[in-house]
Amino acid sequence: MNLIVNIKKKLKGFQLKIDFEADQDILGILGASGSGKSMTLRCIAGIETPDEGKIILNNRVLFDSEKKINLPCQQRKVGFLFQNYALYPHMTVEKNIGFSLSGLPSNQRSEKVLKAIEMMHLKDLEKRYPVELSGGQQQRVALARALVVEPEVLLLDEPFSALDEYLRTQMVNQLMETLSDYKGATLFVTHNMEEAYRLCKKIMVIDHGRKEICGDREEIFLRPTTLPVAQVTGCKNISTANLLPDGRLEAKDWGITLSPPENGSGKDISYVGIRANHVKMAEEPGKNVFELWPVYTNEAPFRITVYLSRVKPEPNSRDYELQWEMSKDKWVEKKDLPLPWKVYLDPEKLICIS
Amino acid sequence: MEFDISPLIVSVKTTLAATLITFVLGLLAAYWMAGYRKKLKGLIDGIFILPMVLPPTVVGFLLLILVGRRGPVGRILQYFDTNIIFSWSATVIAAVVVSFPMMYKTAKGAFEQIDQNILFAARTLGVPEWKVFLKVSIPLAWPGIVAGGILAFARALGEFGATMMLAGNIPGRTQTIPMAIYFAVEGGNENLAYLWVALIMIISFLVIFIMNYWLEYQQKFIRGRRGC
Repeated sequence: MNLIVNIKKKLKGFQLKIDFEADQDILGILGASGSGKSMTLRCIAGIETPDEGKIILNNRVLFDSEKKINLPCQQRKVGFLFQNYALYPHMTVEKNIGFSLSGLPSNQRSEKVLKAIEMMHLKDLEKRYPVELSGGQQQRVALARALVVEPEVLLLDEPFSALDEYLRTQMVNQLMETLSDYKGATLFVTHNMEEAYRLCKKIMVIDHGRKEICGDREEIFLRPTTLPVAQVTGCKNISTANLLPDGRLEAKDWGITLSPPENGSGKDISYVGIRANHVKMAEEPGKNVFELWPVYTNEAPFRITVYLSRVKPEPNSRDYELQWEMSKDKWVEKKDLPLPWKVYLDPEKLICIS
Repeated sequence: MEFDISPLIVSVKTTLAATLITFVLGLLAAYWMAGYRKKLKGLIDGIFILPMVLPPTVVGFLLLILVGRRGPVGRILQYFDTNIIFSWSATVIAAVVVSFPMMYKTAKGAFEQIDQNILFAARTLGVPEWKVFLKVSIPLAWPGIVAGGILAFARALGEFGATMMLAGNIPGRTQTIPMAIYFAVEGGNENLAYLWVALIMIISFLVIFIMNYWLEYQQKFIRGRRGC
């Protein structure tokens, strides 16, 4: 199984210019809204036409601007799961799944539909119309409908963005189970780093139509190589930086000077970052320990984000330099410590971007 | 005075034939234009809508030039020894041209309302284009298509100006009810005019009634599917 994509397309405000290969592992395509990730999928499916380039699926040319090949959607064998599921509203679940199989004899068709219904846990819903289904059920129908024609590649366009938190976790797990039996390649587009990490071993980050990086998920989350990658993988503290002659690192936006990580010195560094959950409290003054004041906090049900400033904040001030995220249990322990707090930025946790 | 029923027959025949032709042509044109993305879209759309904006006499005049003896279409027809002017087909052509924009515009609006992703979903699943049209687009746009058909019917039934120019007023052949009313009033035969007006009003009320009933039925249908 392999999919080769190398395309260019002019979009509003920027040019989409993407090349990558995908195999049987799920490839996550991570990017902010409007970065061109959905457009990439639509080009592969034949819904949109690239200006130039090539798309090759299992040695079949789907698109080649030089040879003037542009297969219609119907012949591409590309399954597409739309963000809004795009079910046929005037057909029952059964008909939705079976509609594309009308070329088959009816006994074969009903057998396939039955199998898909069982696989996606849709029993007893066969006669319902899409409006009578919940969001999660609609998505299962859409997935069953896409898989029943046995596509060679499955494209998932932000499939979970319309679901609530609880359902989302459930559906991610179910999708993993379903896809473990699926023989084709899968591309999964999302702006949610958590979903991407959970579902995909390989991740490609797109920003403004360009591929920023493509590789192993651990590597990408551990050591982001560019600013957009750091941002989209959820690094909340990022500052412009400057490597000083003495080898130390000046974080300009934060107004502090840091000791860089051991392997980080020597190379050209223009940004430094640290994940909000990697910020720690220190017992004593020392290397990379700074005195910071809490400005305000922002609470989630189980976690809390504390916004820190180098100077003692004025009342009602919202100016801060760093974000510190921790669990609420930790917060109870820390919040009454004497001010200013000694905050430790572990050099090995620093993200250095050239 | 002997009552001549022929205008009713001419009107019914003309309107039914014209509505049928307009329905098919308008539907295809609407589907084509709803998916059309090229530069000429505005121009083609404008030409299709034009008969609705122009005075019917102007439409009639233009048709006369086009299919008249010296017109481009007229010459071809003459070659086959056919003449359209002042024949029954002229009433149909006039009615088709003026009712076409009603069907086209309403159906196009309905097609454009369809979520494009649904059509693309069908295509990526390998459903051929004609089947996407017949089994997905048409059912989803159906209420709008029917509304367009009824509007086109009403417009064809009431057609006067273009018919007058192109088909004239030949009793039993091209004299429709609107034509009969005009010439009855002109000839001072008010009772006859009253009769035809009453008939036209009955037909029009029936059309409105059917249309409302249809819309209500559609809504019930949709509500029924939602199960509330």
